[in-house]
Amino acid sequence: MTGRNVNSQPSATAFSAVDSAAGAPDTPVVALSGVSRSFGPTRALDDLSLTVQRGEILGIIGRSGAGKSTLIRCLNGLERPDSGRIEIEGRNIVGLSESELQPIRRKIGMIFQHFNLMSAKTVVDNVALPLKIAGWAKAERRARALELLDLVGLSDKAGSYPAALSGGQKQRVGIARALSARPALLLSDEATSALDPETTRAILTLLKDINRKLGVTVVLITHEMEVVRTIGDRVVVLEAGRVVEEGEVWHVFSDPKTELTQSLLSGVRPQLPAHIASRLSQDGQEVVLGVDLTDPALGNGLFAEILAHLPEAHFLHGGIDHIHDQPVARFFLTVPREPASLADEAAAYLRSINARVEVLGHVSRPV
Amino acid sequence: MSPVLFNLLLQSIWETVLMTLASGVISFVAGLPLALILVATDRDGIAENLVINRALGWVINGFRSVPFIILLVALIPLTRLLVGTSLGTAAAIVPLAIAAAPYYARVAEVSLREVDPGLIEAARAMGGNRWTIVREVLVPEALPGIVAGFTVTLVTLVGASAMAGAIGAGGLGDLAIRYGYQRFETGVMIAVVAVLIILVSGIQWLGDRLVARLDHRA
Repeated sequence: MTGRNVNSQPSATAFSAVDSAAGAPDTPVVALSGVSRSFGPTRALDDLSLTVQRGEILGIIGRSGAGKSTLIRCLNGLERPDSGRIEIEGRNIVGLSESELQPIRRKIGMIFQHFNLMSAKTVVDNVALPLKIAGWAKAERRARALELLDLVGLSDKAGSYPAALSGGQKQRVGIARALSARPALLLSDEATSALDPETTRAILTLLKDINRKLGVTVVLITHEMEVVRTIGDRVVVLEAGRVVEEGEVWHVFSDPKTELTQSLLSGVRPQLPAHIASRLSQDGQEVVLGVDLTDPALGNGLFAEILAHLPEAHFLHGGIDHIHDQPVARFFLTVPREPASLADEAAAYLRSINARVEVLGHVSRPV
Repeated sequence: MSPVLFNLLLQSIWETVLMTLASGVISFVAGLPLALILVATDRDGIAENLVINRALGWVINGFRSVPFIILLVALIPLTRLLVGTSLGTAAAIVPLAIAAAPYYARVAEVSLREVDPGLIEAARAMGGNRWTIVREVLVPEALPGIVAGFTVTLVTLVGASAMAGAIGAGGLGDLAIRYGYQRFETGVMIAVVAVLIILVSGIQWLGDRLVARLDHRA
């Protein structure tokens, strides 16, 4: 196979050329149990347990210092835990020597916040580097690297040096490099944190495509809820080295249990507008209600039905968001305080359709 | 300048170039591995070993703190052992290389330390071993600095080789002292200085060109 032939193949061929599934389908790709790691007095990971299922995109979110980086580095042995088990494809990697870890790392791709491309190598040589490490012959690794560059849409940059690329292009090269040795698992360490919002979306779309088409399991750490919202199947919220909340993304988004999650979500969920929130008080003629509702029928006229059912209510703010295929509504209403039964009836009706209703306070007219 | 002196000048140029290049190549071949050992064995290095690191650091500092003129004399027994004589151009290469290798090791060490640790981490994450990291990351990424440092070392060696004239090494320094200074041949002195300027500028120009070609960082 010559490089040119590979280059001219459509992307679909590049996808089908990848067989990433290894091991039994029911073994979790990653299983951590009781993992702890301290740096001096700081417990970066504190008796942490979690599993990553085959083919899913798991988002691990937390503030800086929550232990995210330590956690993701434990998954390929770059960081060694003090105690606990880390199973990759059913094999415990804790206690393995550096040379025993090397073949395991060759089956785990990793992308980085600052891309970490070799400045002295051309784009194609960067993508081929994991294959060189794995001992592939020169012609084959070049053909495979060109195939991957085609997949990420950078065939025309094969001979360029990374310095000539934009941030988004560099991360595409990083992704191509991480996938070149056909890994079963892709680790993403804040991969979009150094990119602008538009490029972030493009990179996330690419990651999701790769996950869906190649079946590569993805573990990504981020401090941005938007990243998890866009591509995560499941989310794990980390604080002080512990899992404080975990579940399917749409579920955690519609019903965040902890204060930390609520605060992390504040940027991506509708909030009561600040000028109204600042006027909330005990008195005032309007009751302000916050409503959370998840129901497949939301996309099917339920929202209009709710508003029709509450003729006295004023719609303040919010709406329906779609996380994966799941419509998630969060909105704010005002209902006149007098007669008192109005607000109660509205709340009762909303609860009867399984919404969560919160009385946030009162405001005076005009709202 | 008489034809005799002109021939002397040509011969001296050749001797200086020979001393500089030979000791330069030796110091490169010895200094780069020393620099790699210094970086690799340091704390959090790819082959951390503080005993080796500190010991090597001391030896390098020791050689670097001895003034070259003293090293020149002190190494006479070693030179005799290696070359068979302590006089002449070939003999001067031994102390020149032994003085320049630790110097170049320190210069190259600085470039190697400037390699982004993220790149080393990326290579580790790909399953690379130490040798991979040296070959695919440390040396290629530091190459512009390694070459620039070698240029500096060569220029320093041009100057040091003049001092080696003190033990009868020949070369341009020797010519300038014996003819230009002791026999008041101002023409010789000017010619030597002019040749040295051209030589140093030429080395620097070549080095800069090579660095520009190798550097893909920006």
